[in-house]
Amino acid sequence: MQRDFVRYKAFTRRAALLGGGQLVLVSALAGRMYYLQVLQSDHYAMLADENRISLRLVPPVRGHIVDRHGRPMAVNRINYRVVIVPEQTPDVEGTLDAFSAIVPVGDHSRQRILREISRKRPFVPVTIHENLNWEEVARIEVNAPDLPGVMIDVGQTRHYPPVDSVAHVLGYVAPVAESELTGNPLLELPGFRIGKSGIEKTYDLALRGKGGTSQVEVNAVGRVIREISRDPGRPGQDLALTLDLELQKYAIERLGPEAGAVVVIDVHAGDILAMASTPGFDPNAFNRGLTQRQWRRLVSDPRGPLHNKAISGQYAPGSTFKMMVALAGLESGIVSQYHRVFCRGYITLGNARFHCWKRGGHGWMSMVPGITQSCDVYFYDVARRVGIHRIADMATRFGYGKALGIDLPGEKDGLMPTAEWKLATIDEPWQQGETLVTGIGQGYVLATPLQLATVEARLVNGGRLVIPHLARDIVKPGEAAPRPEPEFPAIEVSEASLAVVTKAMKAVVNSPRGTAYRSRISEPDMAMGGKTGTSQVRRITKSERLAGIRKNEDKPWEERDHALFLGYAPVDAPRYAVAVVVEHGGGGSKMAAPIARDVLLETQRRAPAAALARVPGRAPVSRAEG
Amino acid sequence: MVFLARDRPRMKVLDKVRDLNWLLVLLLAVIASIGFAMLYSAANGSFEPWAARQMVRFGIGAVAMLIVALIDIRLWLRYAYLAYFASLALLGSVEVIGTTGMGAQRWIDLGPVNVQPSELMKLTMVLALARYFHGLTLEHIARPTYLVVPLVLVIAPAALVLRQPDLGTAALLVLIGGALFFLAGVRLWKFAVVFVGSLVAVPIAWQFLRDYQKTRILTFLDPESDPLGAGYHILQSKIALGSGGVLGKGFLQGTQSHLNFLPEKQTDFIFTMLAEEFGIAGGFVLVGLYLLVVAYGLSIALRCRHQFGRLLAMGLTMAFFLSVFLNIAMVMGLIPVVGMPLPLISYGGTAMLTTLIGFGLVIGVYIHRDLHIGRRWFVEQG
Repeated sequence: MQRDFVRYKAFTRRAALLGGGQLVLVSALAGRMYYLQVLQSDHYAMLADENRISLRLVPPVRGHIVDRHGRPMAVNRINYRVVIVPEQTPDVEGTLDAFSAIVPVGDHSRQRILREISRKRPFVPVTIHENLNWEEVARIEVNAPDLPGVMIDVGQTRHYPPVDSVAHVLGYVAPVAESELTGNPLLELPGFRIGKSGIEKTYDLALRGKGGTSQVEVNAVGRVIREISRDPGRPGQDLALTLDLELQKYAIERLGPEAGAVVVIDVHAGDILAMASTPGFDPNAFNRGLTQRQWRRLVSDPRGPLHNKAISGQYAPGSTFKMMVALAGLESGIVSQYHRVFCRGYITLGNARFHCWKRGGHGWMSMVPGITQSCDVYFYDVARRVGIHRIADMATRFGYGKALGIDLPGEKDGLMPTAEWKLATIDEPWQQGETLVTGIGQGYVLATPLQLATVEARLVNGGRLVIPHLARDIVKPGEAAPRPEPEFPAIEVSEASLAVVTKAMKAVVNSPRGTAYRSRISEPDMAMGGKTGTSQVRRITKSERLAGIRKNEDKPWEERDHALFLGYAPVDAPRYAVAVVVEHGGGGSKMAAPIARDVLLETQRRAPAAALARVPGRAPVSRAEG
Repeated sequence: MVFLARDRPRMKVLDKVRDLNWLLVLLLAVIASIGFAMLYSAANGSFEPWAARQMVRFGIGAVAMLIVALIDIRLWLRYAYLAYFASLALLGSVEVIGTTGMGAQRWIDLGPVNVQPSELMKLTMVLALARYFHGLTLEHIARPTYLVVPLVLVIAPAALVLRQPDLGTAALLVLIGGALFFLAGVRLWKFAVVFVGSLVAVPIAWQFLRDYQKTRILTFLDPESDPLGAGYHILQSKIALGSGGVLGKGFLQGTQSHLNFLPEKQTDFIFTMLAEEFGIAGGFVLVGLYLLVVAYGLSIALRCRHQFGRLLAMGLTMAFFLSVFLNIAMVMGLIPVVGMPLPLISYGGTAMLTTLIGFGLVIGVYIHRDLHIGRRWFVEQG
C-alpha cells in the first residue's frame, strides 16, 4: 500500500506537469491564432480577396459605320454559336451524336471539339458550331432535352451590309496579331477583333470603345460563382462618313468589270461622296476566315482587288496634267493664253521626235483650244518654255506629289519630279526631253485618283485648298465634334489664270471639238466640264510605230494605257468634282469620260447642287437613320 | 480503510448510471454539434453528404460510449492485452488487405464500413500500457529491463502505422506512449537519452521517408516557396484563418472554404473553416471547450484510486489532447501537414467512434474510481 501511495504521488506530480505542458501548448496555439487572425488579419483578408475575386474584361460593342444619310455600312450582327459544357453532359460523345442528327458535325470538327474538351476544364464551354442560322437555332432549342450541356451562345460579329462596294474604304476587322499587342488587355481577349485596314483601322480606337470590367468571384479551379460588380465600359462610337452609299454603289456598278477608281468630292467642303475601287472584295469573308487558297487568289490577282486604287493606285495623270502646265505658263508670264504653236503631229528636240496623239496635227493652236483638243505639241512647247521647276511648283501647290492626309491608311504620295529629285534618286541630270514628256503628264509624274479629284476640285472652287475627308465629324476616342465651317486657304494663283483653265475645261466637254464632247450632259443646270487623259503604261516604241502598232487595242491588256477623266459639275457653279481612272482602259475620252458623266449626273440627281446648303447637314447619326 | 468503503466486487447498474459524468457527456455533445454545423457549412449549407452521417455516427458512438462506461473497469483490465493484439493484428492486415487512400494504406474495407485500425490502436495501446504499468512499482520501473516490453508495445504499432505511411498517427502513438511512460514514473534522464538518440536517428530515418513526406516537411519549413504546389494547403489554410479575423465572415460565408481554396475542409482542415467563419472568437470557444474536456479527464485521473484507471484516463485524455493540438497546430502552420483529424469535429467514422469509446473508458474510470484494484490483482484473481 505504501508503494501504491508513492506511485500515486508520482503520478499526481507528473499529471500536473503534463497539464502544465498542455496549457503551454494551448497558449502557443492561442498566440498563433492571435498572430494570424488579429495581427495579420488585413494581410490575409487581402490575400483571400485576391484568391476569390477575378477581374474579367467585358469587350465593348464596336461602333457602327453609316453613310452620310445614316445607311448602315458596318454593323454588328448577332452570331449564334452553339457550345457544349462538358461537365453538364453525362456522355460527351453521345451528346455530339445526338447533335449531329440535328445539325451535321463533320469528322474534322468533331475531333477538334473532343481535343478542346480534353484540354480545357470541364466547365469551360467549347464551341461546336458558329454562325448558325435561325432555323438551326430553332431546331437545337426544340431538341434541347436530348442535348444536355449544349447551349446557344450569342456573340457579335462585324457585318458589312454593302458587301464589296465600300470594302476598300471601310476596311475590315480581324483578330489581333502578336505584333499589334500594346499591353492593353482588351487586345488579348480571345476572339477580339480590331480594324486592320480602311476606316476600321483609322478610327479603330473610337470605334472600339473602352472595355468594361466585371469583378467576379471564382472558386479554386477558376469557375465563376457570381458577379460582384460591373463597369460597363464605353461602347464604341458610331461613325458617319461623308460617303453616299447609293452613289458609291452606282459608281462601282458603272465601273463594271473594269479595274479602276472613281472619286467624287464636294469641291467646297471636301466631303468625299464616293470613293470606288474595282474589283472589290467581300470584307465579311475576312471575318468568317479565309482559306489559304482564297487568300492567295486575292493577293495574286493582277487586278488588285485588295488594293484601294483611289488612294494607293498611282497613275501618270496624262493630259489631265496640262492644266498645271498651262497655269505655270500663265502665272509665270512666260506664255499668255494667246501664245500660238503650230502642231503638225510632232515636235523635234535635238534628234528626238515627240508625237502628238493626233497624227496629222492640230494646226495652229492657242491655250484654250490646246486644252480643249488636248494638243500634245502645244504643251510640249509650253513646258519647254516654262521649265520643269515652274511646272513642279504649280503642280505641288495644287496637291501633286504629296499625300493629302485623307483619313485612311495607305495613301500614296504620288510623284512630282524635279531636276533635283532626279539627281537625288536616279543620280542622273534632268533632260529637257523629260520636261516635254512631263508637260503632257507622262514620264515620272504620278498621282492617285484622290489627288486628281482634289486637284480638279481646287481648280474649280476658286483656287481654295480644299482637303478631302471621309469622316463626317472630327472623331477622337470618346468624342466627336462636327467639322467646323471649312476655311480653306487660297492657292497662290490668279483668278484670271484659273478662268482660262476652267473655260477650257468647259469646252472640252461642251464644244463640238472637245475631246469629251460625246460625254456632255444636256441638262443645262447639270452640265459638266473636265479634262480627258490617257496615261501611258508603256511608250509605243519606234519599231512598233513602224510595225503599225499605234492603237491601244492592239496591245495586251496589262500594257494598254489607263483611261482618265477629271470632271466637275455644274459647269457654271461647280459643286462636285470627279476623278475617273480605268486601268488599261485605253483613251480617256472613250472610256473614262462617259463614266464620269454618269457618275456626276447621278450625284446631282441624288443631291442637286443648288438645293444643297454650302455645307451638308450635320444631323446626328441616330436622327439620320430615321 | 478508506479504500474499502465502496470496494464492492459488483456495482448496481442504476448506481452507475446515476454516477455517470453527464457534464462531460454534454461537453462532448456540444463539441460534436459544432462539428455538425461545420460539416453542414462545408457542404454549402446541406446535411448531405457529411453532417447527417456524422450525426448518426455520433449517436452510435454515444451509445457505445455509455455502454463502455458502464462495463466494469476490471473487464477492460483483463482483456487489455487481447484488445491490443487484436488491433495490432488488424493494423498488420492493412498491409495485406487495406484500401489505399491519399497515398497511404489506412483503411480496411468491412463491407458497409471502412475501418481505420490505426485509430483503434490509440485506444488499445493506452489500455495495454496502463495494464502493464499498473502492475509495476516505481522500483520496477527504475530498472531498464522492465521498460523493454512497453517499448515494444509502442514501437510495434508505430512502425506499422509508419509503413502505411501515416507519419502523423505514428508520431501521435509515440507521443502517447511517451506520456504514459512519463506518468508511470520513468526517470526524466531516460527521456533525454531517447530524445538525443532520436536526434541522431533523424538523418537515418530521413532515408526511409517517402518523397511526399519529405516534401511535406520541407514545405512546412518554407510554405510560401511553392504556393501552387505542396505549400498550397498550408498557405490557403493560413489565408482562411487570417481573413477570418476576430469575428469571422459568418456562418456559411467563408470564401476560402466555400470556393474550395481550402483543401479537405470537411476533415483535416475543418478547424480552419470554423475560424474563418467564426473568427478567433469561434476558435477560442472551441479550444476552450476542448480544454474543459481535458481538464475533466485530468481530474478524473487524479480522483481515481487505482493506477490502471489513472493511467487509462490520463493516457486517453492525453491522446485526445494531442490529436487536437497536432491538428490545430498543423492547420495554423506550426507543424507540418501530417494528415490528422480534429477529434469529434472532422468527418470520419472510425475516429468519431474511437474517440467516444475512449471517453467511455474515461467515464468508466470515473464510475469505478473507488474500486480497489491491487497491483497484483491478476495474481489474486488466479
